[in-house]
Amino acid sequence: MKKFFALGLVLIVIIFAVGCNSSQTSSKSIEVTGSDTMVNLARGWAQEFMAEEPDIEISVDGGGSSVGIQALINGTTDIANASREMKPEEIKTAREKGVNPKEIIVGYDGIVVAVSPKNPVNKLTIDEIAGIFSGKTTNWKQVGGDDAKIVVFSRESSSGTYEFFKEHVLNKGDSKGSINFAPSVSLLNNSSQIVDQIASNPKAIGYFGMGYATKDIKELEVAKNKSGPYLRPTIEKVKSKEYSISRSLQVYTKGEPKGEIKKFVDFMLDGKGQSVLEKAGFVSL
Amino acid sequence: MRINPRHTEKFIFGSLFSVSLIILVPISWVLLITLKYGLSVINLDFLTKSPTFNAGGGIYPAILGTILLVIGTIVVSLPIGLGAAIYLSEYSSKNLLTRIIRIGIISLAGVPSIVYGLFGFSFFVLFLGFDKSLLAGALTLSLMILPVVITASREAIDAVPEHFREVSLSLGATKWQTIRHAVIPHALSGILTGTILGIGRAAGETAPILLIASAWLVNTPTSVVGRGGRFMALPNYLYSTYALVGKSMENPNTPYGIALVLMLLVFLITLPAIIIRAKLRKERKW
Amino acid sequence: MNLKQIREFIIEKAIFLCGLVSIIGIILIFVFLIKEGGSFFLKESLRDFLLGIHWYPTSTPAKFGILPLILGSLLVTGAAISIAVPLGVAGAIFIAEIAKGSLKEFLKSSVELIQAIPSVVLGFLGAKALGGYVMDWFNLSSGLTAFTAALLLAFMALPTIISVMEDAITAVPKRYRESALAMGSTKWQAIYRVVLPAAASGMAAAIMLGIGRAIGETMVVAMASGNAAIIPGFPSGILGPVKTLTATIATETAEASGRHIQSLFAIAIALFLITLGVNVSADFLVHKKKVK
Repeated sequence: MKKFFALGLVLIVIIFAVGCNSSQTSSKSIEVTGSDTMVNLARGWAQEFMAEEPDIEISVDGGGSSVGIQALINGTTDIANASREMKPEEIKTAREKGVNPKEIIVGYDGIVVAVSPKNPVNKLTIDEIAGIFSGKTTNWKQVGGDDAKIVVFSRESSSGTYEFFKEHVLNKGDSKGSINFAPSVSLLNNSSQIVDQIASNPKAIGYFGMGYATKDIKELEVAKNKSGPYLRPTIEKVKSKEYSISRSLQVYTKGEPKGEIKKFVDFMLDGKGQSVLEKAGFVSL
Repeated sequence: MRINPRHTEKFIFGSLFSVSLIILVPISWVLLITLKYGLSVINLDFLTKSPTFNAGGGIYPAILGTILLVIGTIVVSLPIGLGAAIYLSEYSSKNLLTRIIRIGIISLAGVPSIVYGLFGFSFFVLFLGFDKSLLAGALTLSLMILPVVITASREAIDAVPEHFREVSLSLGATKWQTIRHAVIPHALSGILTGTILGIGRAAGETAPILLIASAWLVNTPTSVVGRGGRFMALPNYLYSTYALVGKSMENPNTPYGIALVLMLLVFLITLPAIIIRAKLRKERKW
Repeated sequence: MNLKQIREFIIEKAIFLCGLVSIIGIILIFVFLIKEGGSFFLKESLRDFLLGIHWYPTSTPAKFGILPLILGSLLVTGAAISIAVPLGVAGAIFIAEIAKGSLKEFLKSSVELIQAIPSVVLGFLGAKALGGYVMDWFNLSSGLTAFTAALLLAFMALPTIISVMEDAITAVPKRYRESALAMGSTKWQAIYRVVLPAAASGMAAAIMLGIGRAIGETMVVAMASGNAAIIPGFPSGILGPVKTLTATIATETAEASGRHIQSLFAIAIALFLITLGVNVSADFLVHKKKVK
């Protein structure tokens, strides 16, 4: 047993020795926290940016849009990534703490509504989609498909994607709307899993950001109403705002960005940053 | 008509054998799938470089992070867990209070790992100000595996026959000397079981360090606490690549590669303990 | 006081300190849960919480009814325990009493290495592959069901149950078996009537740890149980999706704030109390049997 303690002590000493030796403290560092949807994107930005400005160290974390916004208010992060807009209560709390959040839109994300390639249904209107997700419509034959139960997948309730879908599809843009997802809807933790389920289940339907659409699922064409054009979420249609279900991606800073933070945000908005955005599967400005 | 007990025995032994085989089937299946998809991902670059955008590059900081985390967790939880077990078994009187404590410890095993994560974040990272560091992570994980370490050790110590202690005391040894020389060596294999189970859990769990590990780092940790103590961990990076990168992932088999490395790592870390324990069990003295 | 006595004293106090630290840790967590979740009950009635059937924490107005979640947890955990305990006991007995030498150690370690499989991996493999099989075998609409999650949870609880129980059975002194055999019993009779009762408290500890593991596992349940907050039918509900208390905490914590996160802590308190209740009753039963 003595050997255990000795070994432990030796290890701790080594770790501290390593710590005291390498002095890697940069003069400038930027903290980025927030949306899990944007964390891979933010990594990409940080990587490319640090290649150009080796003096500035950027650390990127996820945790969710809410966590990021909270951290901005608390002062523990410099930039908050958000796949949704700040809520009025959050803005109020921020101002009370002396933080004036500045919103900068950095890109767009189209929301895909998808079914299995084996499903004969190819297009739906927003009303039909809302009916399915709110539980009004329960069988595929009601929307032109086979006689089979509809198996519905969604993200979980604290996801920005869920909130967006609820507000803009279920409640037609009314942020105070009270229509909810049906209790029978499966609320999954991440979009990759939704894609997996849709790919393997002919009765399934679900939604997720464009960046997750693989060849294994079929993207539905969506129209505002039965007469409107049925559109797939392509980069072009999302940019032109013709595709009905798309959202903005934004970052928040404390007041106007200054110094190295401003450099970084400018990078996100110009050609190089936007090409990273597209490589990450989103739609540029 | 009474069934011949020998037939009962054959039947039961047969069933037990098949059950044990049933248990091995899923493990082999998981291993095979992970090997099938993950082996192609692993190469020297993967193991030694830092991660890049779109889950490219390597996973070196995560490997280092998990290793340091596991070492830290053992260093903290083994002495404390063992000490607590010795205290509960040998020094405290066997009254209602002890029973309550015992139940409390076992119940802690049922607290969801995410709650440990929330607690660790609030207490170690924020309240004590350790920042999202190795120390905060190791302390959180230690707390999570403490119930298993304590319970397994305690059962092992209790199982040592009483007369070992009596003989030692009658030869003039003090209580501590008795524990150290006459009890612990014989309880060691059970203590190792608790440790092995604990390591497996600590290395493979995402939830407890969800808020403490960093999603992406270029540099490796330079200290145990504070900003320099930030680290990546394999299970978290694994979840992050699977869940958050989508179709832009450079190599879709990356999550399997990470899983393979993690399992191999745990195997290598626990191997010495398993070998020592096997030897000890052969030499069991009662 | 001479040096020896001083050393003895210090070591005794150090050990006491370890015990204290562990207990303090436990109390801290409990206090933490109450602090974060307790404030939830200032605005919500306990009755609406426990018996409400709608879980819509982010709507306006928010609804925090956890009845479907409680039932979901009971269904999944109950099924997981009913699978894991018999399998675990069988496996432990086999490894402890019947397997010999290197096979014994190999089996024991292999089972323990299940613990090393990252829960995320079991989660997505389980949801995808096992879910696919379950969907086909039982001809269901979806493979994400309480049953799928229960199978995976049982699998995860097995290492703890088997290995700790195996230790307990192996620790029973040899002479117990030898005296039984000397009196003419078969090997199985010796195990069943003499060895197992002697190992009872260790076996109970193993089972309780295993149950705890099954209750506390979050990632796997979140990915494999379907996460649909419906009231499950009994017993048909096991082949349908459910939402459990743990999966709710796991999936919703990341982006929750305000009353939502308080409600999640309230759920954690409920979970802790349930586990405590189960363990207290189990301990009570074992204690009674021992005293007899």
